[in-house]
Amino acid sequence: MRPLSKTMENRLKETDRYWNVLSLAPLCLLLFFLTIIPLLSLIYTSFFKVTWSGGYLYEGVGFQNFFDLVENKFYIPGVKNTIQFALITVIIQISIAYVISIVLNKIKYRIIYLSIFMLPILLPPIVIGSIWRLMYGFDFGLFNYLLSYLGIMPIDWLGDPKIAFISIIILDIWHWTPFSVILLITAIEGIPKDILEAGLVDGTNFLKEAYYLITPLIMPTIIVASLFRFIMSFKVFDEIYLLTQGGPGTATEVVSFSIYETYFESDNIGLGSAMSVTTLILIILIMYAVQKIYIKLRLNAHD
Amino acid sequence: MTRFLSHSLLVILSFIFLLPFGWIASLAFKRQIDILMTNIVSPISYGNFIKLFASKESTFSNDILNSLFIGLSSTLIVLIVCSLASFTLTRLKIEKWVGIIIFGWLLVFHMIPPITFIGSWFVLANSLGLFNSYSALIIAHATINLPLGLFIITNYMKEIPHEIQEAAVIDGASNYQTYFKIFLPLLLPGLFTAAIIIFLFSWNDFMISINLSAKATQTVPVSVATYAQQYEVRYGEMAAGSLVSLVPGLLLTIFANRYIVRGITAGSVK
Repeated sequence: MRPLSKTMENRLKETDRYWNVLSLAPLCLLLFFLTIIPLLSLIYTSFFKVTWSGGYLYEGVGFQNFFDLVENKFYIPGVKNTIQFALITVIIQISIAYVISIVLNKIKYRIIYLSIFMLPILLPPIVIGSIWRLMYGFDFGLFNYLLSYLGIMPIDWLGDPKIAFISIIILDIWHWTPFSVILLITAIEGIPKDILEAGLVDGTNFLKEAYYLITPLIMPTIIVASLFRFIMSFKVFDEIYLLTQGGPGTATEVVSFSIYETYFESDNIGLGSAMSVTTLILIILIMYAVQKIYIKLRLNAHD
Repeated sequence: MTRFLSHSLLVILSFIFLLPFGWIASLAFKRQIDILMTNIVSPISYGNFIKLFASKESTFSNDILNSLFIGLSSTLIVLIVCSLASFTLTRLKIEKWVGIIIFGWLLVFHMIPPITFIGSWFVLANSLGLFNSYSALIIAHATINLPLGLFIITNYMKEIPHEIQEAAVIDGASNYQTYFKIFLPLLLPGLFTAAIIIFLFSWNDFMISINLSAKATQTVPVSVATYAQQYEVRYGEMAAGSLVSLVPGLLLTIFANRYIVRGITAGSVK
């Protein structure tokens, strides 16, 4: 967008403040009452023990909830699992997405393939969870059925602590790789045609073009997509809820699920709030770090 | 040769992405006994769908109406709220900090796991007597989708040429007229994109609905999850319910795939 001319600016400045206030009011009111107030009430509640008997009874306990949280069986393992889960899935997803989009770029009617690949992100995650739960099933599941043809003993995909975590990772890769494909293919499509044509004249082949021309140009998008997916991985909930409920033990426990269990299943609203507040601070810290990393990586990418 | 390899790779990938859906579709038309016996070839049965829609204890048709009603209403709210705000924030003279605070907070809000807020929404809805009400669910769905709505609409808003706005101002149009007569019509593709994405996200939502709704207002994903959670898992009905819940996503992918691609990109690259 080019900047407005001076006279225009003056004319627009005169325009009514009523409009500004009225047009922003709905958004600001929604945000105030449903995000800011809840945030404040979360912080407040995290210092209380809350019991329900026809109404909420608050009993001040100071920082007790935060001490409980450290000792809680699920929360800390949940945080560890979530970070581990986010790192592994992002690295694999971005690598696969990179290969897919480089290949897709050469296809004329790629929208057909892209539409198929898009399906996992557009369909209800809980339904995807339910489908995969059936596929992972020990007795009647698709995977064990296929394995039996190969003469391999059935695998307890969701019941074995070590395998359960891997099963969840496989599901997440299947589920979210398409998201990165869309971001990367859009970035490749955005590369000016003359740059790629110049490469053709110089006689690059498919692999050389991908490595020397496309990769450096889409590096910023690769970085953004990785960081974005990393933070978004903290939201994982629906699949865990349906597939493993965080089990066996704490093998697939994740942050969102710990909060859900504490708040809604054990009705421990004080501790649940303390977990939410801690998670919020954690995410904001990670976002801050991610932004720093992003700026640094971009500077390096430009060198 | 490269072409052949590329197409083979993409066809295999398509198969991998379609396999779970094909499999669930095949289960939906099987009897429970055939599913439990892992019979690949079995008589086609519509029993699951009949149980889903016609049996007395099933609320599935009602759940679909709930999902549609909540999805459409919350989408409409997001479109109105976000297009108004986006117009003022990106196209009018307004103090810089207002935009920075609103966009900044929405970005943070978008990244935070929704469960952290849903707890206090639950307490709020309970204290106001709105638990299990449509209004609580609609407002919650709308709020959670505000960031996406504003990001997508702003992405389109920035493309409308300045000359058009200037011409309107010179002709003495008020902000009200510029917004309704000039910007809204030009913004239709953007509104359409945002509507598709937000409706789908609302239709797909499970976390809000499971925590803020009960039997009367439950949405399709909640009802599919219930089938999976009962003591004796009813595989057939679960598969049939899943299949039905995929319909909006499938239709929109077929008929509006380009808008979806644009919406996903606009909603995430910041």
